[in-house]
Amino acid sequence: MTGRHPGTRLVASLCSSPAGALDASVKVICVVGFVTAVVATPPRAVLAFAVDALLVLAAAAASCLPARVLARRMSVETPFVIFAVLMPFIGTGPRMDVFGIGVSVPGCWAAWSIIVKASLGVAAAIVLAWSTPTAEILAGLERLRCPRALVMIAGFMVRYLDLVAAELRRLQIARISRGDDPRWLWQGRAVATTAGSMFVRCFERGERLHAAMASRGFTGRFPTTAAPQRPRRWFPAIMWPLVAWVVALAVLIP
Amino acid sequence: MSAPSAPPAIEIERVSFAYPDGTAALSEVNLTVAPGERVAVLGPNGSGKTTLVLHLNGILAPTSGRITIEGICVEPGSLAEVRRRVGVVFQDPDDQLFMPTVGQDVAFGPANLGLSGDALSRRVLGALDRVGLAGMQTRAPHHLSFGQRRRAALATVLSMDPNVLVFDEPSANLDPVARRELAELIVELGHTTVIVTHDLLYAAELCPRSVILDDHTIVADGPTAALLADSDLLGAHRLELPRCVTLSGLYPGG
Amino acid sequence: MHVPDGLVDAPTSLAAGAVAAVGIGVSLRRGGKELSGSRIPLTGLVAAFVFSAQMLNFPVASGTSGHLIGGLLAAVLVGPWLGALALTVVLAVQALLFADGGISALGINVINMALIPAFAGYGLFWLARLVLPRTRAGVLTSTASAALLSVVAGAAAFTIEYALGGNGAVPATTVAWAMVTVHVLIGCGEAAITTLVVGAVLTTRPDLVYGARDLVGRTRPVPELQGLR
Repeated sequence: MTGRHPGTRLVASLCSSPAGALDASVKVICVVGFVTAVVATPPRAVLAFAVDALLVLAAAAASCLPARVLARRMSVETPFVIFAVLMPFIGTGPRMDVFGIGVSVPGCWAAWSIIVKASLGVAAAIVLAWSTPTAEILAGLERLRCPRALVMIAGFMVRYLDLVAAELRRLQIARISRGDDPRWLWQGRAVATTAGSMFVRCFERGERLHAAMASRGFTGRFPTTAAPQRPRRWFPAIMWPLVAWVVALAVLIP
Repeated sequence: MSAPSAPPAIEIERVSFAYPDGTAALSEVNLTVAPGERVAVLGPNGSGKTTLVLHLNGILAPTSGRITIEGICVEPGSLAEVRRRVGVVFQDPDDQLFMPTVGQDVAFGPANLGLSGDALSRRVLGALDRVGLAGMQTRAPHHLSFGQRRRAALATVLSMDPNVLVFDEPSANLDPVARRELAELIVELGHTTVIVTHDLLYAAELCPRSVILDDHTIVADGPTAALLADSDLLGAHRLELPRCVTLSGLYPGG
Repeated sequence: MHVPDGLVDAPTSLAAGAVAAVGIGVSLRRGGKELSGSRIPLTGLVAAFVFSAQMLNFPVASGTSGHLIGGLLAAVLVGPWLGALALTVVLAVQALLFADGGISALGINVINMALIPAFAGYGLFWLARLVLPRTRAGVLTSTASAALLSVVAGAAAFTIEYALGGNGAVPATTVAWAMVTVHVLIGCGEAAITTLVVGAVLTTRPDLVYGARDLVGRTRPVPELQGLR
């Protein structure tokens, strides 16, 4: 029951950006490489994070990702920023005075570390989602030897997410139209019934899909179909994680 | 007997079907469809129409009786061939379009048949072209209009190069223009066609011959115009023409 | 609950990723054996359901609202193997497409929110069902207790991960107390919502509740489809 979800999906931009022309498998590897480099960088290497931030901004520019959109979508991380802000106050170790309030020095560094790393990670993921249509990300994961069954499950999920959400919205409107306005947990039965009937509908659609697939000769093994693919060029995208790793290692190995 | 003529496209002989809990869904259904014929199966909701559709390509196996498609008996050993020959277009196109892009979806059937590479992409482009969706192969299904999705669903079946097309409620949810366009397309394709519907006017428009399925069995078989003119027959099986049609005197008895 | 990048250090994240990969591999293998490749579309739909259900606001108190995590719900409805796979896919899609939950922390999130509810949570559900009477009330009581446990166990797992790879500063015991206390409350909400939803499905289609298949006298009236194994 914690957290929240962005109500709207990240829509891949239609602009023909340099990043948009890259193969998704290349981009997934680069993003994973970049994020692990950021996570591995020691918190006190402030300059290294400055380099990482420049790298993310460069990638965002190469994806034609407007700064406004990036800023708005970064709000996903708010709950953990709140958690991080508490750390200087509940942290142990040597303390210092900031405007007369005693705060823990290691706590401050921990808060800084969480905020900067989470922000860079979120920004990198936003760049990936913005510059790559979902179908290409799935195809890219498949080419990276991600288990086929998982990729297919993800494909079905993404395909039907909008439909399920629309169905849910209709159920909600029908419920509210009849005056349901629950304010306490024990009044939530109608909401639960909505969720329950949504599950039944999802299950039944799963069965109809199953029949539709069998009708077209499906026997339990997914054929390799013409998944979207682009030329697999590594340069210059690979510079993104490489530079981040070089910087991280430069700090780690003095 | 003269020289052996072509076997019927569909031959259903005394087919009965009951669900595992004993509920009867079809009882002693007999129906023969000649090659090139277009037949409508009319019936009210719950008469067993969709169950009959699922028998035509062996998704469900009859409890008793026999189904042959172009002389091939539908049995576990012949399912792959039967499913190639019989293309089923389901009622909800969203059940049929489950891959991330339209092109991948249209490729799903022929890929199950073992096609790949150029032969596969020729099939895909050809099928999309025939339903008027050329150039749409990289689109996501949920970005198409409902009428386009129904035609894309038809393309997913056409790409398997079937001889028989089966439509389950093809006119459902279509606006008048999409409805007419689909009818024109079905006539133009010229396949042996079975249309399962309770839309009597659509049947009249498309099919010279109709059968009425009610109470799990076939209760009438004849020229569509004659069946629709018999208001007592229609009334006895929960079917009726729109009032404006009966008033217009197009079907005098109706 | 979605752990972002940087909260836990790189070696622990990688180790968690390896553990998660083993759990997913077992689920794929067991799920495949038990349910076959033809259940893949169904699992995808269940994932879409969980994703949407997480956006459904439930009233908590005086107009405030909370939402579901859904790990145990999926396990009770479709079984632990498919439930674990569905939640894994939900978490991966959230990390990659919605920037929710760190990409490097995916292993941690999969352990805490997919594998623990599916295995520890469903395990407790199964044990409770053995002890409790074979009735609707028995199923719902088992669901409620397992849902609460699945959330608290997920929080406990996070505490261990933080103790192993957290960035120091706050002592692990403080984190443990805070996490577990908060998640007992969250778990109560999760238990209430999960129980209400399972109850709703039990009322309309009891045959679809995997964890209560023994309650239904006869099987659901849909025969095996031909040609699918």
